[in-house]
Amino acid sequence: MYDVIIIGGGPAGLASGLACWKAGLKKVLIVERDQELGGILNQCVHSGFGVGIFKEELTGPEFAQKFIDELRETDVEVMLNSMVLSLNEDKSVEVIGPDGYKKLQAKAVILAMGCRERTRGAISIPGSRPAGVFTAGLAQKYLNMDGYLVGKRVVILGSGDIGLIMARRMTLEGAKVLACVELMPYSGGLPRNIQQCLKDFDIPLYLNHTVVDIKGKDRVEQVVVAEVDKNRRPIEGTEIVYDCDTLLLSVGLLPENELTKQANIKLDPRTKGAIVFENMETSVEGIFACGNVLHVHDLADNVAKEAEKAGEAAAEYIRGNSRSDKVVEIHNGNGVSYTVPQHIHYPATNNIDVLFRVNKVFGKSVIEVVDAKENLIAKFKREFIVPGEMEKIVLPKVLLDKAEGDITIMAKEVV
Amino acid sequence: MYDVIIIGGGIIGCAIAYYLSFYNLKVVLLEKENDVSCGTTKANSAIIHAGYDPKPNTLMAKHNVLGSKLTKELCEKLDIPYKQCGALVVGFTEDDLNTINQLYQRGLDNGVEGLEVLSREEVLKLEPNLSDEVKGALWAKTSAIVSPWEYALALAEVAVKNGVELKLNSEVKSIKKDEFFTVETTSEKYNGKYIINAAGVHSDDIHELIGKKEFTIKPSRGEYYLLDKSEGSRCSRTIFQCPNENGKGVLVSPTVHGNLIVGPNAESSEKDDVSTVASSLDFVKNNALRSIPSIDFRENIRNFSGVRARSDRNDFIVEESKSVENFFNLAGIQSPGLSAAPSLALEAVNWLKGKEELVKKENAVDERKRLKLKDLSDENKNELIQKNPAYGKIVCRCESITEGEILQCFDTVIPPVSIDGVKRRCNTGMGRCQGGFCGERITNILIDKLGIKPQEVLQDKEGSNIINSLAKEEH
Repeated sequence: MYDVIIIGGGPAGLASGLACWKAGLKKVLIVERDQELGGILNQCVHSGFGVGIFKEELTGPEFAQKFIDELRETDVEVMLNSMVLSLNEDKSVEVIGPDGYKKLQAKAVILAMGCRERTRGAISIPGSRPAGVFTAGLAQKYLNMDGYLVGKRVVILGSGDIGLIMARRMTLEGAKVLACVELMPYSGGLPRNIQQCLKDFDIPLYLNHTVVDIKGKDRVEQVVVAEVDKNRRPIEGTEIVYDCDTLLLSVGLLPENELTKQANIKLDPRTKGAIVFENMETSVEGIFACGNVLHVHDLADNVAKEAEKAGEAAAEYIRGNSRSDKVVEIHNGNGVSYTVPQHIHYPATNNIDVLFRVNKVFGKSVIEVVDAKENLIAKFKREFIVPGEMEKIVLPKVLLDKAEGDITIMAKEVV
Repeated sequence: MYDVIIIGGGIIGCAIAYYLSFYNLKVVLLEKENDVSCGTTKANSAIIHAGYDPKPNTLMAKHNVLGSKLTKELCEKLDIPYKQCGALVVGFTEDDLNTINQLYQRGLDNGVEGLEVLSREEVLKLEPNLSDEVKGALWAKTSAIVSPWEYALALAEVAVKNGVELKLNSEVKSIKKDEFFTVETTSEKYNGKYIINAAGVHSDDIHELIGKKEFTIKPSRGEYYLLDKSEGSRCSRTIFQCPNENGKGVLVSPTVHGNLIVGPNAESSEKDDVSTVASSLDFVKNNALRSIPSIDFRENIRNFSGVRARSDRNDFIVEESKSVENFFNLAGIQSPGLSAAPSLALEAVNWLKGKEELVKKENAVDERKRLKLKDLSDENKNELIQKNPAYGKIVCRCESITEGEILQCFDTVIPPVSIDGVKRRCNTGMGRCQGGFCGERITNILIDKLGIKPQEVLQDKEGSNIINSLAKEEH
């Protein structure tokens, strides 16, 4: 019997595992499907990791190594090349690995499975179906793990961070990135990546554009791009044809919640992750979620912080400290596309961190938190908010205690 | 000198090779691509039709009904994914209900078993996700779903084990006839007494390499959605709408792999153009939603299209060429071609029997098994993993396919040469991530097992290379 089984050995799994250990749990297991720990960090050879936690700029593997080194000093168990095939509400899992097929039982489970990339199929890009259409992460894996460059003339659809990073990475490897094309009127990536990965390399970014056709019999020969109207439908006559051999897709990430669904855990259709309380506990007691399986983050540092919270909460749960049964829901008001957590145990035990994203670009604005009686609970000023960058507010316990009923978070531009 | 040269390694060519492999004949199967099942066979609805649809006394009716029975037997014998899930033809209007009654009668005329006309209540009880607009349905209990590429592959594998020579990457360029045929491919020449033409959409071109124009293939493309397994239980049976002049209409069906397939439309196209078009996909989507309004198309994982080898004769062409003796055409094999395949192949065998006496081979094998870890008991899984830990290492996470299962397909008589070849043999990359996670692993397995350079790894056909160059190689 394990205290905690952590599903996934990426940044969320590593940080939550360490937090469990530090909180005094002795039987902690991390199950990782790959042959080494670190998850997606292993292929992120660019720097920019660690600023929030370690106060230094690290590459992905360096960031992971810090956790792995620390983990080596503990008795946290790690199963590599092993995959959880099923998860039950009673916290039992089925695992397959080189040692065999096993059923394991834990007192608590932490979901840290990460996310996957949306594919060509997910957005139904029409055209022929040649080789040369890759998700940006797969192209990144080929390049950074194997040293294989997938193409020399590249168009990138979507301006998510992996696509932006790959625009720079492939350029540095001698490929010509012809354009980055974004369906929305704003980029989904971090502003710093737009600057450092596109602008610094003179790679044009076309907002309100999409790929309307892929041509080529066996390998991509051309990609046709067109402007879209307000309803995001292509406008005839605006087509631009690129002669290229590669189309990279950076069109969004999807939390990998197949196991979560098996355990009958409630999901939030907006995050596509579990609905959680402020301690990262899901709708099933004793099962916690953190990192990209919960909601897609833009910084691994934030993943690690969230994961620590999940690890600590799992330890608290095992010790039998349950939180209040009274629940306050956080609703999404104007401009807010989702929040994590979605629920708060009331009264709150501490100040509550709320992470959220906005659904459009905001200039100078205020974020308002109101209760069910529309009393203003708290107010936060911002100079600039973009959908590509996760926002965080801290709701002080003293103010929350005054709230009546559910609360709503909204963003308002200040004119 | 070959007795028989089969041209085309789709389901028809593979079925012929399979049946001929039980006789003392020297047979070669010529396929232009680098694998069997690369054309229409791998891109269709994957339905084994019951046989109520074709008009009575047509070749389509005869071979559909016979073929679907034979298919069931073959799939059981050769471990091919197959499920007799049944089909419903649903009607939304009074006219549709008339059509349903006609189809029922036609089915009886064609000798189809297990047909029943259902009321609105009965059909909604069977399939609660069907639209409220449904007024009634025809239930065809013998309709089935199958893995078409594995079907063709299994037949070809048995044929090869029994001595049929399979020549891949062998596009036929010319056919000459003296005493016997000389078939020239891109790489070699083959002499043979008989030719069986199973070249699908190119069967007219192949025939006309030596014969007069006797039929014309008028390719008709159909486009599809393949949805995630999360949508796989929207229906338990294949849901058809009433057929019209454009064919059987848009269907919604579970697949043997647990996904939901939606399609096809019908549109004229070039023979090898398997593109998809936004307006056609919209048409497919909107029609499918008429049957099952709750289908969540955001769960789509892949679009594809396939080209029907429709001919100008409106029926299968199953006959010796009128202009070339000893040349047998199996052409115009559009739907229900997959269902009819074994029956059509036997027709070719019978034709050959009329030409000369065929002697059964001794010691021919007629079995084939594919080890699927998923299907084993917990105990047997462990036993296998203890013996070979590769069976414990999941490579394709969406479909839970292990390294051991991937490696074993390289030890079969028709090993894969591409990422899609591996996919067709062990389902890797078929899931929701579409190879985003496992593609790189499979690439490296191909490099290792085939002894090729990274730049030589193919996605599918020749020319579909994945890797352009090695990093820092040439700037």
